[in-house]
Amino acid sequence: MTDAAYNFAYLDEQTKRMIRRAILKGLAIPGYQVPFASREMPMPYGWGTGGVQLTAAVMCPEDRFKVIDQGADDTTNAVSIRAFFERTAGVAATTRTDEATLIQTRHRIPEAPLRAGQVLVFQVPIPEPLRFLEPRESETRKMHALEEYGLMHVKLYEDISRHGHIATSYAYPVQVEGRYVMDPSPIPKFDNPKLGDCPAIQLFGAGREQRIYALPPYTRVVSLDFEDHPFEASKADHPCGLCGATDSYLDEVIMDDAGRRMFVCSDTDFCGQRQAAGHRGKDAA
Amino acid sequence: MTDAQNSSKNFAKIFPKNLAAQAAPAPLLSVRDLTKSYGAHLGCADVSFDLFPGEVMGIVGESGSGKSTLLGCMAGHLRPDAGAVIFDTRRDGPRDTVTMSEPERRMLGRTDWAFVHQNARDGLRVGVSAGGNVGERLMAVGARHYGDIRAAATDWLGRVEIAPDRIDDRPGTFSGGMQQRLQIARNLVTGPRLVFMDEPTGGLDVSVQARLLDLMRGLVRDMGLSAIIVTHDLAVVRLLADRLMVMKSGHVVEQGLTDQVLDDPQHGYTQLLVSSVLQV
Repeated sequence: MTDAAYNFAYLDEQTKRMIRRAILKGLAIPGYQVPFASREMPMPYGWGTGGVQLTAAVMCPEDRFKVIDQGADDTTNAVSIRAFFERTAGVAATTRTDEATLIQTRHRIPEAPLRAGQVLVFQVPIPEPLRFLEPRESETRKMHALEEYGLMHVKLYEDISRHGHIATSYAYPVQVEGRYVMDPSPIPKFDNPKLGDCPAIQLFGAGREQRIYALPPYTRVVSLDFEDHPFEASKADHPCGLCGATDSYLDEVIMDDAGRRMFVCSDTDFCGQRQAAGHRGKDAA
Repeated sequence: MTDAQNSSKNFAKIFPKNLAAQAAPAPLLSVRDLTKSYGAHLGCADVSFDLFPGEVMGIVGESGSGKSTLLGCMAGHLRPDAGAVIFDTRRDGPRDTVTMSEPERRMLGRTDWAFVHQNARDGLRVGVSAGGNVGERLMAVGARHYGDIRAAATDWLGRVEIAPDRIDDRPGTFSGGMQQRLQIARNLVTGPRLVFMDEPTGGLDVSVQARLLDLMRGLVRDMGLSAIIVTHDLAVVRLLADRLMVMKSGHVVEQGLTDQVLDDPQHGYTQLLVSSVLQV
């Protein structure tokens, strides 16, 4: 079979239509999990089947497409999803955040500020923030419907009682527009403040769990916390070893088995552009 | 002052509540013709009674007599087929909780009402520490200050005789009696006015039962709680309940003051029940 045998962006038009309807509903009710008829995709669950379906449904031929996997453009997941849409849709790919119009991401929000007209698609493994606190889906839906979110604070309480501070560092629950509590996907809590008041459209897709939810532009998003233990967007307390940035989220890289380590920007595009502009960190070659 | 005056003054001092009660307060809970059947099988039928503030009501009967069905209907866990459960809410006065909207009923369930399950694990979150279990109801009604929640949890663990250093342990590491006491603390922390208890001492050995009963009696008196206790253990109602209702095959066959019913049972079934208790 040749690549031309696929419909544009792999999915058939009826499926895209169904997904677009779910997206519109999600945008109309920010933070609400809309069920949708998730399709089998040619990749395993957990690799971004939800995100890929959202991307396929909103992609246009003139889009510039970028894929992020934990901040990087060059890791397996990012490379294969980018190649997938280059083959099935023939869209132009890019690694630059500011050039891209459609960005699919796993576990990060780019460091560069997003602008109006961009769409950010998140891959979500478990869309239900209450899942590990209340195993019954029937009950969690009821809790969302009736705005009974005390349980979410029980999780944060447990964190403080065990660790002395809120130890949840990723998939940190947020409340959207003072209504729905939402799992922002496993992004580090450092990225949580970027969710709110963002000019771009943010879409969240969970393929295995068959849920879509969304944040329209300029939505109010508040990270849950306690009055005496306020939310803190934490990161490793170092500058980037390659570009010297002090305000970006860092990955810790073990250099050898003598305990040497290096902190580098998790966002490779951001780090690369800074290095190209002449910024140098202490570990730069 | 004469002796007569003196003694009546002392009486008022000792029993101020009795005198106040003569002013006939509105009932806290009025149950009217409550009926629930499971298909052709009858759960409970035409149950009516009033429960007044500060009163403890016992419901006894054998297994399958409809006690738990009745309790479930009153607490909003089951939907009755007919009848009304009118609760004197803090804000809007008497409301029928059967026809009330679900959010309102669930709100009552975590503020003014409490439900103590027979099996403590049904009423606890086993994956959450004791402190978290006690704090959950506080957080559910909007408490957002960790220090305050922690202090309230510590205070309540003390009141149900659980050592404060167990606050971060999970209920799974607790003994059966401790789990039951933790469940009670978790329920009473928001200061409910009405407590539903389903066999609170079931499955506990007698010495633990005695300690739990003693604790509950103290809490009920101190907090001025109203309670409805379903049990098949006559000793429990003798100790805790002011009034008693005897159920058989879904119907109430006898009701009255506890001592009156137990010491002078009128209905054949009650007589059987009272005489069935083993004397050691």
